[in-house]
Amino acid sequence: MVTIAPDVDNAFVVDLAEFQGPLDLLLGLIRDEKLDIYDIPISRIADQFLARISTLGLDQAAEYLEMAARLLRIKAQMLLPRHGSDETWEDPRAELVRRLLEYQQIREVVDVLERLAEERRARFARAYIAPSGFPDPAPAPLALSLAELLSAIDRVLRMAKDPTMHDIFPRALDVDGAMSAVRGLLLLKARARWRDIVRQGAERWEILSALLALLELARRGELSLRQANPFANVFITRESTLQAA
Amino acid sequence: MNPLSKLLEAALFSSARPVPTEELAALDFESSSAAVQSALDELRETYDNNGHGVELVELGEGWQILTRPEYTEAIERAQLAVRPHRLSAAALESLAIIAYRQPIGRAEVEEIRGVNVGGVLKSLHERGLIDVIGRGEGLGRPLLYGTTPLFLEHFALRHLEELPRADELAVALRSEPKPI
Repeated sequence: MVTIAPDVDNAFVVDLAEFQGPLDLLLGLIRDEKLDIYDIPISRIADQFLARISTLGLDQAAEYLEMAARLLRIKAQMLLPRHGSDETWEDPRAELVRRLLEYQQIREVVDVLERLAEERRARFARAYIAPSGFPDPAPAPLALSLAELLSAIDRVLRMAKDPTMHDIFPRALDVDGAMSAVRGLLLLKARARWRDIVRQGAERWEILSALLALLELARRGELSLRQANPFANVFITRESTLQAA
Repeated sequence: MNPLSKLLEAALFSSARPVPTEELAALDFESSSAAVQSALDELRETYDNNGHGVELVELGEGWQILTRPEYTEAIERAQLAVRPHRLSAAALESLAIIAYRQPIGRAEVEEIRGVNVGGVLKSLHERGLIDVIGRGEGLGRPLLYGTTPLFLEHFALRHLEELPRADELAVALRSEPKPI
């Protein structure tokens, strides 16, 4: 690692880890040396700055090296002969001074925040922990009017870019007819299969009617439906109560 | 205490977070906001005057019941509660800059602090103390950060205006140093 020979009084070792960056280190130097921030002896500060950062590892040095380069540039600019009158001369340190003052202001705010946070830390709030394992409360029952429902549908449809619309024609089912057919069948035989009730090639409405009729009759207790396993034959059995009737 | 004060006390006790005045007012639609305010005042005075171990504090845009500082050590010793970790100096500096300059991008925070702040901003964001509140103009439309209600809670502030104004800060270095 490159070390820069410290040519200034380096009697005390500064731990750079305690500094929050190059501006903080500069402010520290200015404070320690009791320097006037508006008239920084830039050559002295630059040397001290370099001496302090000479112990840094390269990984953390980048930010400090950038500042070191800046200081050296200002130092060089200060050495250039001044042209024109003093009024038109722009102090090359002006930008650095502005940044240092701005940073110092932030440090004062940090002091305020630190005090406030410490005061808050010294008080405890209720440490309520939401019980886990409890189900979320059941949602309130859905209550909405037809008008609200239709306007919601309208909103959804308007959001869709190119909704595919179908016209639906209601086709009447004949559940009552299917129920009488099932009843008639069960008068003849105590046990029937789905195939006995719905003929091959039945219309969709006929299938649906038969299904609803079976479910309705089962609900009424006139027959029972049994299926040993999925996709197996459904057996439709006349209930004994009907037999007795 | 009047019944409304008791209701507010129960509501504040049941909440882990500060409760905004509007939410307290919603507990009883019959009560005006003036009545809620005076009920809160009564509750605070009851805690202050009758020797309670807790106090009512207004912070983070709401109200919260907090233990009094004199009992913190005993509570912590008994391991009933622990104080949260302090924020690092780097985090506090970045927060201070964001609080005063929001909305502000990462590059400007780095310009003021003179160091890289990517990691610090990420952890402040994860802790919910700052949030993205917009995008800047210019190259890459940088994310702009601002402070959150949790920031106010963390520092027991009611609003950002409670922080000292920029011109109130002493800026120690602004005065001429005394001759040695």
